[in-house]
Amino acid sequence: MKQTSITPELCRPLSPARTVFNYGMTTIAFLLSGLALLPLLAILLEILRQGVPGLKWEVLTNLPAPVGMEGVPNGFANAIVGTLIMVGIASLISIPVGILTAIYLAEFSQGKAIAQLIRFVVTVLSGVPSIVVGVFAYAVVVLTVKGFSALAGGFALSIIMLPIVILATEEALKLVPTSLRLASSALGASRFQTVFRVTIATALPGITTGVLLAVARASGETAPLLFTALFSQNWFEGLTSPTASLSVMIYNYASSAYAEQNKLAWSASVILVGIVLFVNIASRIVTSNRFKNR
Amino acid sequence: MTASPEPAKKSISRDMLQGVNLTGQEGNHSLVDQGFTWLVQGVSVSVVVILGWMSWVIFGQARPAIEQFGLGFLWTQNWDVNELVFGALPYIYGTLVSSAIALFIALPIGLAVAIVTSESFLPPWLRSPIAFIVELIAAIPSVIVGLWGIFVLIPFLQPIQQWLFQHFSWIPIFNSEPAGPSMLIAGIILAIMILPTIAAISRDVLIAIPKELRSASASLGATPWETTFRVLLPSAISGILGAAMLGLGRALGETMAVTMVIGNSDQISLSLLDPGNTIPALLANQFAEASDGLHIGALMYLALILFALTLIVNMIAIVMVKFLSANGQS
Repeated sequence: MKQTSITPELCRPLSPARTVFNYGMTTIAFLLSGLALLPLLAILLEILRQGVPGLKWEVLTNLPAPVGMEGVPNGFANAIVGTLIMVGIASLISIPVGILTAIYLAEFSQGKAIAQLIRFVVTVLSGVPSIVVGVFAYAVVVLTVKGFSALAGGFALSIIMLPIVILATEEALKLVPTSLRLASSALGASRFQTVFRVTIATALPGITTGVLLAVARASGETAPLLFTALFSQNWFEGLTSPTASLSVMIYNYASSAYAEQNKLAWSASVILVGIVLFVNIASRIVTSNRFKNR
Repeated sequence: MTASPEPAKKSISRDMLQGVNLTGQEGNHSLVDQGFTWLVQGVSVSVVVILGWMSWVIFGQARPAIEQFGLGFLWTQNWDVNELVFGALPYIYGTLVSSAIALFIALPIGLAVAIVTSESFLPPWLRSPIAFIVELIAAIPSVIVGLWGIFVLIPFLQPIQQWLFQHFSWIPIFNSEPAGPSMLIAGIILAIMILPTIAAISRDVLIAIPKELRSASASLGATPWETTFRVLLPSAISGILGAAMLGLGRALGETMAVTMVIGNSDQISLSLLDPGNTIPALLANQFAEASDGLHIGALMYLALILFALTLIVNMIAIVMVKFLSANGQS
C-alpha cells in the first residue's frame, strides 16, 4: 500500500458509514429509553393531578354514596377496610408457609434435586396469571361455600404472595454467612435454634423487605378478587360475605358514567400507588448494598 | 447478587455445608430438630402440590365443557350465553394478537433500555436509577394502568388512530374507523406493562457477559455498537429470548388493563383499530355473573387454555434464562 492511502486512515480511523451508524444507533437507543420512561411519569403525574384534590378525610371515613345524590358524604372507607382484611388473611397464610419453604430451600436442601424442583415450581407459580389464580380460588372456595367471600379473596391473594415471599426470603437467607451457622452449631445449638436465633435473625431486614413487597403487590391485585370477594357497597359484614376492595372499586368506578365516581377511583389510586411506590423505593434503599457492584 | 456482605472474611463457602449435618442427634434437641425438619419438608412439598392442585381443579371444573365441545371449542366462534353455545376462537385470537403487538413494541424498547443501562454510554450513577424507574412500572397495579389508559392514553392515541385509518386504510390492519378502545391500544398498554420484565432481565443478562469479550472486540477496532450487535447480543441471545418469553407470558395473562381498553367485542376483525377481546378480559367480565354449569365450564375451559399457554411459555423462558446465566458464569 502507498503511504498516501494510509495517512487518512490513521487520521480518521472510522469510515463515514460506521460513524453514522454508531451515532445513529446511540441516538435511537436514547430516544427509545426516553420513551420507556414516559409512561411511568405520565401515570404518576395524572394520579397526582386527578386524585390528590379529591383525597379528603371524609373520603376515607365514609361509605360510597348512592349514585347521583348530591350533598351526601361520599367515600370508600369500606374498600380500605376490605383490602386490609383480605391482605391480612393472605399474609397469615402466605408468610409462614413462604418463610418455612424458603428455610427448607436455603438451609436443608443443599444439592438435593428436590430443591431444584421446588424452586422451579415456585418460579412457575409466580408466573401464573393472577386471573387464573382467581379462577382457582373461585372453584375451590366460592363453589364449595356457595358464595362470594372475603375468605375466598384472601385465599386467592395468598397464592399471589406466596412465590414472592419464598423467593425473597431465600435470597435473604443465602446472604447469611455460612460461618455464622457453623459457629452457632459449634456452641451446641440445635438446627431449630440456629435457624431461628441466628439465620432468620440476621436475614430479618431482607425477609421484611420481601414480605412488604408481597403485601404491596397483593393490595393492588384486582383480577383474583373480581369473582372471589366480588364487591360490596356496605361495611365489612364478616369473612363469609362479599367484601369491597380498593382495586375492584377502582375498576368498577373507572368505567362509571358518573364523574364523581371517576374521581373516587383516582383518589383510591393515590393510596394504592402511594403504598406500592413507598415499599418499592424503601426496599430498594434497604437492599442497595447488594446492588452496589452493579 | 452473589457478593457477600464481608467478602474478605468469608473463607467458608456455602458448598462446604454440603454433607455437613447440623441437625441435633441427641437429647431434647433431636426431637425438636426432627420435627422441624419434617415441618419444613412438608410445607415445601405442599407448595409444589398447589400447582398440581390448581391444574387438577381447573381441569375438573372445565370437564363438562370439554366433553360437550371437545377440541372444536378452540376454533369455533359463537359465544352465546343464552343458547349455551360456546366457541373460544375470538378470545384466543385476541389474546395472541394483543400479546404479539406488545412484544413487537416492547422488545426493541426494552433492549434499548437494557443496552443504555448496562454499557458505558452513561456514567454508572445514572444507569441504575434509569433501570430502576423503568422497573418501577411493573409495580404499578394493573387496574391503575387501565384507569390511566381509559382517561389519558385512549384520548391521546385516538387522533393517531384516526390518522392511521385515513392514510393507511388500504392496509387491512388499519382498515376500520377507530372508535377509541381497540386491539392496538390494548397492545400498547401491554407493551408498557411487559417492558420492565424485558428490560430488567436483558440488562441482567448483558451485565453477566464477561468484560473480556467487550475488551477483545474493542481492541479489534469495533465501535461500541458493532460490539453490541456482533458480540454482546449474539452471546446474550438465549437470555434475551428468555426475557421476551417471560414478557410474553405476562402479556398473555394480563387482565385488568387490557379489559379496560380493548373494547370487549366478540367479533374477530383483522383491523387493529377495531375493538377485540382476550381470554382474561372475558373471564373478568363474565365469571361473577355466570350461574349455568355449562357457562362456568366453558369459562373454566378458557382458563385452562390460558393456564396451559402461560405455563408452557414461562417454563421455556425460565429454562432459557437459566441456561444462559449458567453460560455466563463459566
